[in-house]
Amino acid sequence: MKNSPKSEPILSIKKVTKRFGGLSAVHDVSFDVPRGAIMAVIGPNGAGKTTLFNLVTGLDSASSGEMFFLNRKMNDFSPHERAVMGLSRTFQIPQIFVNMSVLENVLIGRHKFGRSGLLGGLWSSPRSRKDNREMREYCLNLLERIGLIDKANEEAGNMAYGEIKLLEIARALATEPTLLLLDECAAGLTAKESDHIMKIVRAARKDGMTVLLVEHDMRMVMNLSDDIVVLNFGEKIAEGPPEKIQNDPKVIEVYLGEED
Amino acid sequence: MNITAFAGIHVLICTGLNLLMGYAGQLSLGHAGFWGLGAYVSGVLTAKFGWPPVFALFASILGTSLVALIVGFPTLRLRGHYLAMATLGVGIIIHIFFVQTDSLTGGPSGLVNVPSFSIGSFRVDTPLKNHYFIWGLTALGLIGAMNLANSRVGRALKAINTSEVAAETMGIKTFQYKLMIFVLSGAYAAVSGTLYVHYLNFTAPETFGFMNSVLLLTMVAVGGIGNFWGPILGAMILTFLPEYLRAYEGVEVLLYGLILAAVMMFMPRGLAPIFSGIPSYVRNLTGMK
Repeated sequence: MKNSPKSEPILSIKKVTKRFGGLSAVHDVSFDVPRGAIMAVIGPNGAGKTTLFNLVTGLDSASSGEMFFLNRKMNDFSPHERAVMGLSRTFQIPQIFVNMSVLENVLIGRHKFGRSGLLGGLWSSPRSRKDNREMREYCLNLLERIGLIDKANEEAGNMAYGEIKLLEIARALATEPTLLLLDECAAGLTAKESDHIMKIVRAARKDGMTVLLVEHDMRMVMNLSDDIVVLNFGEKIAEGPPEKIQNDPKVIEVYLGEED
Repeated sequence: MNITAFAGIHVLICTGLNLLMGYAGQLSLGHAGFWGLGAYVSGVLTAKFGWPPVFALFASILGTSLVALIVGFPTLRLRGHYLAMATLGVGIIIHIFFVQTDSLTGGPSGLVNVPSFSIGSFRVDTPLKNHYFIWGLTALGLIGAMNLANSRVGRALKAINTSEVAAETMGIKTFQYKLMIFVLSGAYAAVSGTLYVHYLNFTAPETFGFMNSVLLLTMVAVGGIGNFWGPILGAMILTFLPEYLRAYEGVEVLLYGLILAAVMMFMPRGLAPIFSGIPSYVRNLTGMK
């Protein structure tokens, strides 16, 4: 089911620019992500897609322009504040916690829901134990759904690449985000693995999440997205539903390539 | 008897250092300074001002934690080598402070007449009582560290150690957590220092100099950074070893260096994993039969 264009935007990017020295990695980009949508950002390498994600999650700060999340201007919020507000992301180069078990990695996703502090942890207070119990229960359930339950106690650093990609998504889902940002979550995966991820993304949307993805896997982009934003050299060159983007001459020229 | 008491004192401070280094991944080259602060606050309050040791212990924990908070606030924004250099500097400053304020601390010749620890009328004055007292508190510290490792905050610290960026995006206030664990490891050092000064009834600045910061670091590294058993093993080995090397004075420093270099090169995870690996090794062997 496609999203109605009238619904309120969950994320609103207004004339955002990020300059590194003299170079604009993102230049004057504006678009809205409507609630409940699955939206994709595509473009050639170096188009500014990951920089855009870093701006939205607060790892980089915008040189100019404004970003609104749930109608609140969030330019000055730190990454952890944005995470608590309901933003969660995965990384193009996986940033899993390699020295922890798969379960512990996902437990980190539940961190923001916990209440126990340092002293509670030291003497294993009732609240600390309650946190652990509730988080474990949720995470084991999540790992079950996502298909990593057999690996729960394995050290995350020892897993296969496809499983690491999956674990990153699981960890992001554990934060129950309002907006889930997936940075090339299908890169380097087999068709079967990316099918599995598509299923997970659709299920996430069904659970009420909004999804923004940066992706090179066109099969995934065209299959999943309601709308696509195309970046080239940091500028937005097109925006629209997959059918429109696939036939946009400008997009074909810079990115999709001519059909033989 | 004497030596096992010191082993307990070392295990306690190394466990605190391991929380900082092994769990949160932040290096401190000035930890002996915090150790000394803990010892001197307790020592001076009891020896010069006649405080009951129990109150002095709490004052020592609070005071050292406060200094750790003040020091940690600017330095923990630094990373890697820069943090190491900053904490090294702080350790040296604290050391100089002990030497210079001789009206209070007794200066270079040390603080004398520190009473034994006592709780009400119960005095911890024999070696045996000290033994139980020291290892009792050390055991508490160990239980705390073990609990923490499996708690919300403990996991957050481990996450910060591997990827600060990912930890931030998961909603973890990384700076606040680093500061928190820095203060906690200062509190561990304070308790350890208090035990030390009341056990010896004496203390001198040289114990808390740069070389001992390195020694503490070596204990944790040799045992196994980030491993619960690491500081226990490392502190024991490096407390007992010098006793047996008494006859060859001067060689011990050389040996420390060699041990540290060898462990870092061949067993970067320290000695503890060897021991924790024995059960599964035995299982494998018997399974193969």
